[in-house]
Amino acid sequence: MRYLIPLGIFLVLVAFLAIGLRLGDPHELPSALVDKPAPTFRLQQLKAPDKTFSNEDMRGKVWLLNVWASWCVACREEHPYLFEYQKSGVVPIYGLNYKDKREDALAWLGDLGDPYLLSAVDLDGRTGIDYGVYGAPETYVIDQSGTIRMKHVGPLTPDVWSDKILPLVQKLNRQGNPK
Amino acid sequence: MTRLRFVSILLICLLASVVVAQVQEEEVPSDDPVIEQRLANLSKQLRCLQCQNQTLADSPAGLAADLRREIRVQMKAGKSDQEIIAFLTQRYGDFILYKPRVTFTTYLLWFGPFVLLLGGLYVLFRYIKQRRDLITEKPLSADERRRAEELLASIPGKEAT
Repeated sequence: MRYLIPLGIFLVLVAFLAIGLRLGDPHELPSALVDKPAPTFRLQQLKAPDKTFSNEDMRGKVWLLNVWASWCVACREEHPYLFEYQKSGVVPIYGLNYKDKREDALAWLGDLGDPYLLSAVDLDGRTGIDYGVYGAPETYVIDQSGTIRMKHVGPLTPDVWSDKILPLVQKLNRQGNPK
Repeated sequence: MTRLRFVSILLICLLASVVVAQVQEEEVPSDDPVIEQRLANLSKQLRCLQCQNQTLADSPAGLAADLRREIRVQMKAGKSDQEIIAFLTQRYGDFILYKPRVTFTTYLLWFGPFVLLLGGLYVLFRYIKQRRDLITEKPLSADERRRAEELLASIPGKEAT
């Protein structure tokens, strides 16, 4: 009994530390915006500056908003996969070019290719603040009613795509148009 | 220990800045000293989400500068500190607050230490009481007295008193 108590305390401590280690990346924060309406924006398009793009244009569709920038190292990592996801035709992917210079952004797309249907320009990061962006790349899954259903922080690797994004998009598409 | 902590914080900040290094615009302080003072107070209570061990006041990260700018704009528009905090938590969640709110999920965080303190006091109290019981001499009961006298009497060469 005398030895069991310290042993018990030790085991509880080990359990807590193990959970803490497995919780993973402390940079991944729960989004406050999940299941909330996507904040409204209307921004200039990157490639067609005379046109605008708004999240309201996407009502009735499930779509992805991918926050990227030419200065973002991890965006480079997910970039080649975005072509595959877009080509699969499961869900349309739109870009939000976050706090970037237009010429840098265009050069980046010129070098690596442009997987986006179009990219909206958030020059001063104000739309980013509305969406709670704190580190590109970030990806938002937005449903037919304009509600944010998921936010992923970090590159959209094939694992993330097949485990998190794809099942959710398919479920949302099956549920159809709620409104 | 503190050195190790310092180095690891530095490393985390460096790593974070690799992910989010970006075009830095120059930060323009407001010409209203009241707003700057309010901003200084408020941003000390807020966490920079890029460099999570720094407050919004200390952080050189781009997002922190953007948020400070946004706070200035809102203060100029006459928003109260409470309204600005609400604006930020709506977007970034409670994590942006350095001082966690008292909610159901943070009860353990807020009150856990007091529960541990009470537990410790209880254990201490019991231990002291136990020791005191060991130390103090209790008067013998009639039975014990008779036995003691019998034992004393049984020692050869000594007479029981």
